Amino acid sequence: MKITYPYMGNSHIAIKNLLERLGNEVVVPPRPSKKTLSYGTQHAPEFACLPFKILLGTYIEGLEMGADTIISTGGVGPCRAGLYTTLQERILRSLGYEFDFITLEPPSRYLNALYKNIKKIINRPMTLKEFWHVIRFVWEQLKLFDMAERKSFEIRPLEVNQGETSKVYRECVDIIAEARTIEELKEIKNEVIKKMDSIDRRKDFEPVKVGLVGEIYVVLEPAANLEIEETLGELGVYVERSMFFTHYTVSNAIMDLFHLAGERNVKKAARPFFNEMCGGHGRESVGNAVLYAKRGFDGVIQLSPFTCIPEIVAKSVLPAVAKKYDISVLSLSLDEQTGKAGLRTRLEAFVDLLFKKKQKKEGRFA
Amino acid sequence: MKIGIPRALSYYTYYPMWKTFFQILGLEVVESDATTKKIMDDGVKEAVTDACSPIKLYHGHVMNLMDKVECIFVPRLVSINREATFCPKFLGLPDMIQYTINNLPPLLSPRIDLKKGKGELLKICYRVGSKFTKNPFLIYKAYRNAIQELKNYAASFLKGAIPPLKLDSSQTQKGDIALAVLGYPYMLYDPYFSLNLIKKLIDLGAKVYTLEMLPEKAKLKQADKLKKTLFWTYSNSIIRTAYHFFENKRVDGVIHITAFGCGPDFIVDKLMELEAKEIQMPFLTVILDEQTGEEGLKTRLEAFVDMLRLRRIRHENNISLHG
Ligand code: SF4
Ligand code: SF4
Repeated sequence: MKITYPYMGNSHIAIKNLLERLGNEVVVPPRPSKKTLSYGTQHAPEFACLPFKILLGTYIEGLEMGADTIISTGGVGPCRAGLYTTLQERILRSLGYEFDFITLEPPSRYLNALYKNIKKIINRPMTLKEFWHVIRFVWEQLKLFDMAERKSFEIRPLEVNQGETSKVYRECVDIIAEARTIEELKEIKNEVIKKMDSIDRRKDFEPVKVGLVGEIYVVLEPAANLEIEETLGELGVYVERSMFFTHYTVSNAIMDLFHLAGERNVKKAARPFFNEMCGGHGRESVGNAVLYAKRGFDGVIQLSPFTCIPEIVAKSVLPAVAKKYDISVLSLSLDEQTGKAGLRTRLEAFVDLLFKKKQKKEGRFA
Repeated sequence: MKIGIPRALSYYTYYPMWKTFFQILGLEVVESDATTKKIMDDGVKEAVTDACSPIKLYHGHVMNLMDKVECIFVPRLVSINREATFCPKFLGLPDMIQYTINNLPPLLSPRIDLKKGKGELLKICYRVGSKFTKNPFLIYKAYRNAIQELKNYAASFLKGAIPPLKLDSSQTQKGDIALAVLGYPYMLYDPYFSLNLIKKLIDLGAKVYTLEMLPEKAKLKQADKLKKTLFWTYSNSIIRTAYHFFENKRVDGVIHITAFGCGPDFIVDKLMELEAKEIQMPFLTVILDEQTGEEGLKTRLEAFVDMLRLRRIRHENNISLHG
């Protein structure tokens, strides 16, 4: 059995570790590229959302590289992501691929199926203790990736030498990827902090603050959002993101298991504008926009795949949020035609506006 | 008091029920006008750009009512059973309308969620009704009559009629080529948006079956064919109806009507297309939007029906040759 899986941010490294330690041979999916996308668009229906197309392309690449098993996560709706695998499996089969498709469904509805599927991917004898150890290691590794990324958001707008943060950040990712034990991770954490902190920074400059909200895949996968965080950072923007990988799995799977409503404050913040769970992260987008506004951020950027249902609902109420809290909102919808240069131009204009507004506000108080 | 009901989305499934309900409560019910270019254009202008056309159209119909009524009925349709919900845009509809269109009269937006059972509907009706009358008996009467109206409406579809298009079974069931024409009712039964698609097919000599003409029971029989139930009520109906006809082959072809920018449909359409190919059932997808041209559509439908006729002749010859 050779397993491949979806690519999302740095998680592919941790997932590789996880699967290998559970005794599997792994085909690491390549970072989504033009080629990935072109496979995806060629075989996916035209109106499929961008994440669907990228994932489909990723699977094709994985299968071409010799994988015979795909593992992915399902979902319970009401949005489409939970149904991706049903259709992707059919499309891939109609293309003549032979493989096993393992869909991990969230535990609350399909606990048995989840258990069976997890057993399928444990392919060496191990005790429960060892199993938990593996899980803990992977979790710590993911957390470290997220920490490094958060730090890069803080430092990038202040860097003296453009591009340095991104370079150091990538080095950090590589170091974290090499870790083999939890102890090593602890050491690496200090090393990462030291490396990032040693980047030369400007003292006389105050960045504008932007909160990034939107659909999870395009928010978390730089190849899908054309490295928007890097671009923003270089334009002098401090970016904060409402979603991180470690954050997502906790609030969705575990909270789900215990029927806890994750992120209650976010939902509450969304309430006057958005009264219904519409699947995906539409309500979170609105709720987080409100929270960013209340915290005095200068702007909010909403990222969504073209035709993304919940984000369209969110998008139609965001102008009301913007008006009520006097915060600038930019909604960007991404598809296979979105180009990096065009995106940069739009971001430049938006950031420009934020700086002007900020100056005016400060002038008023001075 | 005048209450407005937009002629879009769930209108085509539930209108007779709500109309009766409000009328018995003593309200004057005003429907928005049949779709016109202006209504469509208004919707396109106000709604968020990447919304699907039916949602834009809904915006247009709300605007058409704005100055005529004191209140607009924009229900939040969540679910009518346990297995699925409506498309997420139905779930967020009142929010979208409320925050997109300025100077609206108050919206009446009950949350309709029958996951816990059909009995919930009475509770919801009671809550809505008490806004207009203190008389519980009147509300109950309105509820009973409303349900009856809905049943009658459903029954006439089952007999082959399409009431919103004023077609009866003698018109829909007379052609020589049988077609399953599957699409959400708010696309198919809006003559402006669908460019009179059903009428065109009938004129081409087709016998037309739509979603509502197949009893729920027959649909449920097909439910197991999907590895995972879809999340959306209308979509399940469509795919199950398609599977029904794929199985009994009582139609010569299947047409799927969908709209530009529809979220759920890319899954629904592709699943049907792949299945149809496997069993060699002719299958046509028509994607409608606010710019679809009438002539182009006509040509495509003609070509499809002609092809089916030829196919049938060939088929019959084959059988007689071998038999
Ligand atoms: S949330 Fe958006 S991107 Fe995700 S499945 Fe739904 S429509 Fe697609
Ligand atoms: S089902 Fe499709 S057409 Fe209907 S509201 Fe949802 S996205 Fe729009």
